[in-house]
Amino acid sequence: MVDLVLAKDLTVGYQGRPQWSGANFQVLHGEFAAVIGPNGSGKSTLLKALTGQVGLISGELRIDGLDVGEGRRKIGYVPQRRNLDQDTVITSREFALLPHRARRLINRSKSERAASEALVEESLRSLGIADLADRSISTLSGGQLQRVYIAQALSQQPELLLLDEPLSNLDIRASAQLAKSVSELVRGRKVGVMLVAHDLNPLLPYLDKVLFVANGRVVCGYPDEVLTTERLSDLFELSVEVVRDSSGRIAIMGDFSEAHHA
Amino acid sequence: MLNNQVLLAANSTSSFSFNIIYDLLVMLRYPFMRNAFIAGSAVAILAGAVGYFIVSRRSSFAAHALSHVGFAGAAGAVVVGLTPLEGLLGFTTVGAIVMGALGKRGELRDSQIGIVLSFMLGLGVLFISLYQGYASEAYSILFGQILGISNASVIFTVGSAVVLLVVMRLALNLLLFASFDEEVANSQGVPTRLISYAFLVVVAVTVAVAVQIIGVLLIFSLLVTPAAAAIRMSGRPRIAILASTTIALLITWIGLFVGFYQPYPVSFFITAFGFAFYLLTRLKPFADRFVVQS
Repeated sequence: MVDLVLAKDLTVGYQGRPQWSGANFQVLHGEFAAVIGPNGSGKSTLLKALTGQVGLISGELRIDGLDVGEGRRKIGYVPQRRNLDQDTVITSREFALLPHRARRLINRSKSERAASEALVEESLRSLGIADLADRSISTLSGGQLQRVYIAQALSQQPELLLLDEPLSNLDIRASAQLAKSVSELVRGRKVGVMLVAHDLNPLLPYLDKVLFVANGRVVCGYPDEVLTTERLSDLFELSVEVVRDSSGRIAIMGDFSEAHHA
Repeated sequence: MLNNQVLLAANSTSSFSFNIIYDLLVMLRYPFMRNAFIAGSAVAILAGAVGYFIVSRRSSFAAHALSHVGFAGAAGAVVVGLTPLEGLLGFTTVGAIVMGALGKRGELRDSQIGIVLSFMLGLGVLFISLYQGYASEAYSILFGQILGISNASVIFTVGSAVVLLVVMRLALNLLLFASFDEEVANSQGVPTRLISYAFLVVVAVTVAVAVQIIGVLLIFSLLVTPAAAAIRMSGRPRIAILASTTIALLITWIGLFVGFYQPYPVSFFITAFGFAFYLLTRLKPFADRFVVQS
């Protein structure tokens, strides 16, 4: 089977200036990968490279064997920020239907409309928010809103789900619940996930792979293999300490910013 | 002033009878009232639909600024012997293109827009002072001249409204996606920048035709008030757009009707009924709570 995401010697950045370079990684169908690293290291850039919003400077990036332009059709994307506020009055159902309706300008057949609506209903239900379908998204809590965003992405039946910091505004309990829901949903559907996070701990029970982005580099591997003091210190050529407590929670310590600017 | 004189002359021969059908028929006997109804209806439908996106995209200030740009254009056109509509269209369209060129969501750049807005208003004042004709021209641009619309303007207004509404219907799904979820639309290859640009041009033409009806200073009453009220009524975009156009139509019709039988400006009635609709939608949640409690 072809890798879901395959990067070979990949360099990505803005206006010809690399944000990170020489990246080699792969994500398989159905794998749950966390993308972690310090602020400004280029985690979101990685997701935007996959959706074609950031240009590749060199190297190769393929999605299910296709180049980014074609492959991005297989992606469900939940960006870090959305330009929404209290005055954004649209129901959760209508919001989730937006990308479906935009696929055809006019005259979608009755069966097409029904199929889209059924997919959206099913996604809302599977994320436990069917009762919020008729509520305006401006009235939802952060956790509920993230579930609406993920339902929108999943309803498009993606093969790859890109989630940019979906846990950042949630408390510990809500983070754990959302991580569990996403994991259960994607496992059942064989959907690959790349999830950007600052705190790896809510994801640990579900993770297959970690992409660590720092100092202009991307390191990919299995959590136990990558997240060790020796490996990260060696890779980034600075003093990094990976600490695990008795329950398996991880903390990664090291001043990546100084090394990056040095 | 000329329009008010026309209206007063009409009023002197017609008074309100409380038989609505009869009163309507009397009113529509006058060609200027027929023109006002046709152009007013076309502008109301267009402004109601475009207004929904202005409010949803939080571009109200940009629309307001375009109307002030149009003021300078209309006043300048009168000075050089063109019609105010020609000046309005020219200036608002160029204004929209410049605003679009400001970059991503250029319409959101409040301070830059505010600076251009005040300069354009100043320019308009200069043009008005240079104009040797009647002060009524300036009054019309600022407060609308719905009762003085020529046949040619009616044809242009209806034609523009039909073309823009067809374009918006064709692009409706993309426009909704780009307006509510720009980041995801962008990631799926939707040309959000181009849509933003095109939308500003649609707003520019809408402002130009709406200024004839309601004037530069009162344009919000057709472009923003009905949409803001409609958005509070439904979270389903298609229903909210329908509600917005219906409210805009109703306040225009009622405003014209009441204005015909009263000695006060039609623009005032349109703004007043729009405000009343908006207040009603604001009061609805309180009313619902009261009903539930009692």
